[in-house]
Amino acid sequence: MRWGVIVFPGSCDDQDVFDTLKRDMGQKVKFLWHKDDLVGHFDCLVLPGGFSYGDYLRCGAVARFSPIMRGVVEFARQGGLVLGICNGFQILCESGLLPGSLVRNAGLQFVCQQVMLRVEETDTPFTCESKKGQLLKIPVKHGEGCYYADPATLERLRKNHQILLRYVDAKGRVSPSANPNGSLDNIAGVCNETRNVLGLMPHPEDACNMLLGSEDGRKIFSSIAAACAQREHRHA
Amino acid sequence: MLVKIFVSLKSGVLDPQGKAIERSLHTLGYGEVQDVRMGKYLELNVEASSHEAAESRIREMCEKLLANPVIEDYRFEIEG
Repeated sequence: MRWGVIVFPGSCDDQDVFDTLKRDMGQKVKFLWHKDDLVGHFDCLVLPGGFSYGDYLRCGAVARFSPIMRGVVEFARQGGLVLGICNGFQILCESGLLPGSLVRNAGLQFVCQQVMLRVEETDTPFTCESKKGQLLKIPVKHGEGCYYADPATLERLRKNHQILLRYVDAKGRVSPSANPNGSLDNIAGVCNETRNVLGLMPHPEDACNMLLGSEDGRKIFSSIAAACAQREHRHA
Repeated sequence: MLVKIFVSLKSGVLDPQGKAIERSLHTLGYGEVQDVRMGKYLELNVEASSHEAAESRIREMCEKLLANPVIEDYRFEIEG
């Protein structure tokens, strides 16, 4: 399978995602510059973390109009897998590929810490190698990661099982103290209705090697690889 | 013409900055202050044949880029 990592001006986790996919996960991966059109065959596109366009106006507000985003939206419409991490999540919300929005952390502080996530749904390409309720230790690092959606949208997310990851404590319980940024319903990651686009605030690329304290991030990438292998098999 | 745009968080959206400002005002002795909400203010110089023509373009700009309708409301004033 082929991965593409999109580089916006101000992206800063693009290299981390690239290295993790290549060195830790043994995947084929290519950088894609935001000013280019999306050309070539890809199975999964990653929008990495960072501060695209300096976070001017709102996080992700300017990046969503980068030329490559037209291709990303079309790729997603056709069922291609799109993973937005941190600033990538913000860009996906701004572009309308994911519902809701990410606003300033409730505590106003930039948070940079390991968090515990609970996998809520496993019937997606991003979580298919996890078990329901499985805990993943993955770090967050952001100032605007408080997930917000209006009550009707939130209800729809619950009903459609689009909330894939929640912040929990070490015992796997949803609690206010386990919530690093004030996100509604402890939401750490949501997918779209067709389940081929995921946005999450935590950084799985920073949890794929024990040197970094956890290898739990591998579950996300290996799920995607497994889902793509299955897709290829089906099309063969 | 000069356009003044005000972008504010919708009422249901948490505004921790507003809360922090409110607490600070209280500390300074302004106990009468409540419900501080922090927003954004933009000034634009726009060329347009009429106020009506400018209005529809500005509304478009606000909905596409300047405000995020999921979390923000906007209003604007046109001068000149």
